[in-house]
Amino acid sequence: MQAHDLNQTSLNVVRMADSRPNYLPWGMALAVCAAAPFFIYPVFAMELMCFALFACAFNLLLGFGGLLSFGHACFFGGAAYLSGHALKVWGLTPELGILFATAGAAVLGLLIGLVAIRRQGIYFAMVTLALAQIVFFACLQLPMTGGEDGLQGIPKGRLLGLIDLSATVSIGGQQLPLALYFFVLAITFGGYWLIWRTVNSPFGVALKAIRENEARALSLGYRVDRYKLAAFVMSAALAGLAGATKALVVGLASLTDVSWHMSGEVVLMTLLGGMGTLLGPVVGAVTVVSLHHELSSLGSWVTVTIGSIFVLCVLAFRRGIVGEIAHRLKKTF
Amino acid sequence: MDQDIILETQGLGKEFRGFAAVSDVNLKVARGSIHALIGPNGAGKTTVFNLLTKFLPPTHGRVIYQGEDITALQPAEVALKGLIRSFQISAVFPNMSALDNVRVALLRVAGGSHRFWTSNRQLDAYTDRAMTLLADVGLTDFAQVLAGELAYGRKRALEIATTLALEPKLMLLDEPTQGMGIEDVDRVTALIRRVAEGRTILMVEHNLKVVATLADKITVLARGQVLSEGNYATVSQDPRVMEAYMGVSADEATELEGAHHG
Repeated sequence: MQAHDLNQTSLNVVRMADSRPNYLPWGMALAVCAAAPFFIYPVFAMELMCFALFACAFNLLLGFGGLLSFGHACFFGGAAYLSGHALKVWGLTPELGILFATAGAAVLGLLIGLVAIRRQGIYFAMVTLALAQIVFFACLQLPMTGGEDGLQGIPKGRLLGLIDLSATVSIGGQQLPLALYFFVLAITFGGYWLIWRTVNSPFGVALKAIRENEARALSLGYRVDRYKLAAFVMSAALAGLAGATKALVVGLASLTDVSWHMSGEVVLMTLLGGMGTLLGPVVGAVTVVSLHHELSSLGSWVTVTIGSIFVLCVLAFRRGIVGEIAHRLKKTF
Repeated sequence: MDQDIILETQGLGKEFRGFAAVSDVNLKVARGSIHALIGPNGAGKTTVFNLLTKFLPPTHGRVIYQGEDITALQPAEVALKGLIRSFQISAVFPNMSALDNVRVALLRVAGGSHRFWTSNRQLDAYTDRAMTLLADVGLTDFAQVLAGELAYGRKRALEIATTLALEPKLMLLDEPTQGMGIEDVDRVTALIRRVAEGRTILMVEHNLKVVATLADKITVLARGQVLSEGNYATVSQDPRVMEAYMGVSADEATELEGAHHG
């Protein structure tokens, strides 16, 4: 009887946290993003969203899967080339081009994941770095990638063959590419929603258990390699989605996006914002990309400045910006 | 083969770069019994466990579980067949509540843990069963506590609850009372006796008092080989066993003596 009562009371307390979307923050975020192009340069805002999605995709693997990949640029940049090729050479519509590139990144993720998953810790990171370098050299050498020049002049095309994404709307003397902007907004929120869903799903719980204690998860009968591989492929695909979208936005796929610097940059964004929090990578990406933008007059001193900020951040608040705030508030965002 | 033998090893051996950690071990674990594996430090007990649960591949020999050769299987596949192990170092998911530790095990049994597109509210369905299991090991009041913050003895109890969630046919417990205070040892001993009903347990245990109380059959390992086998009375009077323990630790030898007389 007593035990029964206890079960009843605890049932109310023990629901899994965050399992239902809290619509208020989602609505607020959407409102802010929808208003953004009227206040900041739209192309910059779209770039921010692409990098935010990239960092979130990376964080799905690092923060929730416990796997540090040092080669995520190959999915981001590789997909940029794939979508660029599909749009420019094949003349696919933008949504098909991006879908194709995302699928390509997923396949690449599967191939690299199958090799890397066999190793752990620093060896995992090294394998991903080495394989990503192979992709980098492929992008440098292949005839269709444009070598050092990259793929330039990628056309925006018509969404579903109907809506011209290169069209602009004149508001207050400014030419705003609103069609493209809201397409990118939809992709970013769709990707972010998928990550949120994954983290708060049965799969997410299993992934957490594996990250916490792999041997124990194995002894409970979880085939841990499959879960890690699934997380890797999903992270690669979403990073590819971000890269493909970015190529559409700036009309360019270049070696910068596929180089190891970019792999390092996304690690930095994630750690700065707060690894293992949902919002952290967004904050980290916005911070890093904005700093690059604002400090671009400093030339190569940008790297030194961002490096210093990173060192300070790691020393002062190890959990990252959002992680630290969440810790103070004892709440998970 | 024999219906009453749940697990059998034939000529099981493991070499690490030429060093034979375990050699030619032939074990027979009877269904429904508590079988203890004892021996001085470095005798190869944990290695045998790792070989049985496939965490290590054997160099020689075969492992037969319920009449099926499982030598070539992967750890997760062995677990799916109902052969569940615990670890020497307490194995919990430290940043998950005690309740979630058990629920994640129940999730594996129920299936659907690959679903990334549904809500984790699926786990709420396992709360009642998880609370019952926690109550069984005396952890009702600690359901919401993060496993990493539990006291050592409670972590071991949680580990047993998590293992029980899988309804194992054969439980392999690696030193369940290691590092525990006396009250905890008594509690866990009673717990093992209780959960052993209708199950088979193979345990590695240092505490000979626990072994004397619980085990139906004891296998003594020394230097990777079976030294002696039988019930406690037989084994404890075996001069080779006395010698093996004396040779390594006088404490344990007196403990063996004391437990026998007491």
